[in-house]
Amino acid sequence: MTTTSPLGLTAKPRKARPSTSTGRPVWMGPPNRVLTALRGLILTIGCAVVIVPFLAVVSTSLATQEEVTENGGFVLLVRDPTLASYQAILSGGVVTRALVISILVTIAGTLLSLACTIGLAYALSRPGSLGSRPILLAVLFTMLFSPGMIPMYLVVKQLGLLDNLLALILPVLINAFNVIVMREFFLDIPGELMESARIDGANDLTILARIVLPLSKAVISVIGLFYAVGYWNAFFNALLYISSPEKWPLQLVLRTYVVNETPMGVDQVSAGSESLPPQLSIQMAILVISIIPILLVYPFLQKHFTKGLMIGAVKG
Amino acid sequence: MRKGSSSSATTRPARRPGQTLARWRRDRLLLLLAAPGLLVVLLFHYLPLLGNVIAFKGYLPFLTIAESPWVGWDNFQVIFSGDPLFVNALTNTLIITLIQVLFVFPLPLVLALLLNEVISERLKRIVQSVLYLPHFLSWVIVVALFQHILGNAGMVNTLLREHDMTTFSIIGVPELFEVLITSQVIWKDTGWGTIIFLAAISRVDTSLYEAAAMDGAGALRRMWHVTLPAIRSVFVLLLILRLGDALTVGFEQIILQQGAVGATASEVLDTYVYNHGIVGGNWGQAAAVGLTKGVISVLLVLGANKLAHKFGERGVYHK
Repeated sequence: MTTTSPLGLTAKPRKARPSTSTGRPVWMGPPNRVLTALRGLILTIGCAVVIVPFLAVVSTSLATQEEVTENGGFVLLVRDPTLASYQAILSGGVVTRALVISILVTIAGTLLSLACTIGLAYALSRPGSLGSRPILLAVLFTMLFSPGMIPMYLVVKQLGLLDNLLALILPVLINAFNVIVMREFFLDIPGELMESARIDGANDLTILARIVLPLSKAVISVIGLFYAVGYWNAFFNALLYISSPEKWPLQLVLRTYVVNETPMGVDQVSAGSESLPPQLSIQMAILVISIIPILLVYPFLQKHFTKGLMIGAVKG
Repeated sequence: MRKGSSSSATTRPARRPGQTLARWRRDRLLLLLAAPGLLVVLLFHYLPLLGNVIAFKGYLPFLTIAESPWVGWDNFQVIFSGDPLFVNALTNTLIITLIQVLFVFPLPLVLALLLNEVISERLKRIVQSVLYLPHFLSWVIVVALFQHILGNAGMVNTLLREHDMTTFSIIGVPELFEVLITSQVIWKDTGWGTIIFLAAISRVDTSLYEAAAMDGAGALRRMWHVTLPAIRSVFVLLLILRLGDALTVGFEQIILQQGAVGATASEVLDTYVYNHGIVGGNWGQAAAVGLTKGVISVLLVLGANKLAHKFGERGVYHK
């Protein structure tokens, strides 16, 4: 934390200064009780406002019908948790299918995005390569002006991609900002390394594979994770381009059954022999399932985004 | 980017006629690597950009864009003649932008100042982890959470009802729509917004604080005279970027909640384009509104940037 600031710049190492046992420099003087208490209160409330909804959602998804009825709806702390709701939505049916689609789109999209972004960023990072300047400008311009929803829709339509899962990937395959960040990173790799490889007879492809990529694991994983989160969360493109319900990704299922609260019958979930778990629990279980992947990658994201994210913004 | 482009300009060999072929031979692998990405940019950015000619055409779904007949500026009549639905969308957009610039925009700065005063690194990191998280959730999830927590049958109202207290409704009330979506934006992105301010604050030389303390400045005065001036340029930069987005207010967020409050309260420019074009089939008109919006947004960024230069700030880019 003290060595690398969130800007990706190396912070000056702080000189050892006289400090009290709490790590507070002496010059700061004694803390103001009222201000400290107020600050603590605000931050606690802030954290609670984020955590409590999650707690309620997870608890309710694990609750039984009796407990939901007893609480008149939400359960904040579940007494005897059951996985019935998860079994119901994960054993075939709408949610299971949407989950598979979302996972496929996310994985395929992220890999394709990374491949294209790396290729573009690498070509743009080699000094004086043919056409790199106009290409760079063309990429930068996309950040300034977005073409608009209607022409975008018509292009996707004329390419025959409507109601095709590729429409969830191709239009968002390249994010200009990510290209710029990655190019910045590649530019920081010492040129001598590549020159010596070239003298040894390596071509651009070998240099990319043997030198550039191994040195850029951090930035690649961060950008990959950002792409993945984007694909996972994408709602609008699916709304726009995907019309048949059997091709819906998870976010559209969420909208239909959790935001619009369309009741789920036995056609949508398979409940086995018993009766259906409470609707509210099913809804919350869908919500939890769509949040879990984000929670899984979040620690990695958090470790890296403070380093990688802002490089382009600050230098640019 | 600036650094990179200037270095590539200086190391580039002087161009001689007949050299392009040699450079082609040298760089063809690089071009091959760039090709897929470039193709995507051309196909899904520049082709739709050209597709904006639809704004000057009477688009018929069974014809291609090229085959549809020209209609001149007809489609822009909704803007010029002040079509009530369009004016409503524009007004809502501007009101929401105003509210969010006033109430949402400064919040990350305040939160960053609070976080910065937390001495314990561990505690700070835990709080940050919690506060950044909502940024990574999709709007569908955020809207669903809000509905189930704050809705009429939601958790809070259920609790209030149990204790015989008056319930409140904020969800599905047209008059409170701006309040609702503003609070959602605050919940989702305030924590995330602190990152860039914390980064700027961390670069302030600690000896400045120490010197200020020697001169008798308390914590608040140190914040006012040292921290705030140090992060002014970041603040201006972000404000410029926000102004460039003045006509864009949470499309996904609003389209998800439009059903409950109706179009009068919730229609903004982006949802107008969607509802009239994609849903309603007025392709030309919707594209005209979208194109106008895009052009004005670019002008706003350029204008705000110029203004920032006038006041001696760095802005988004240099000349």
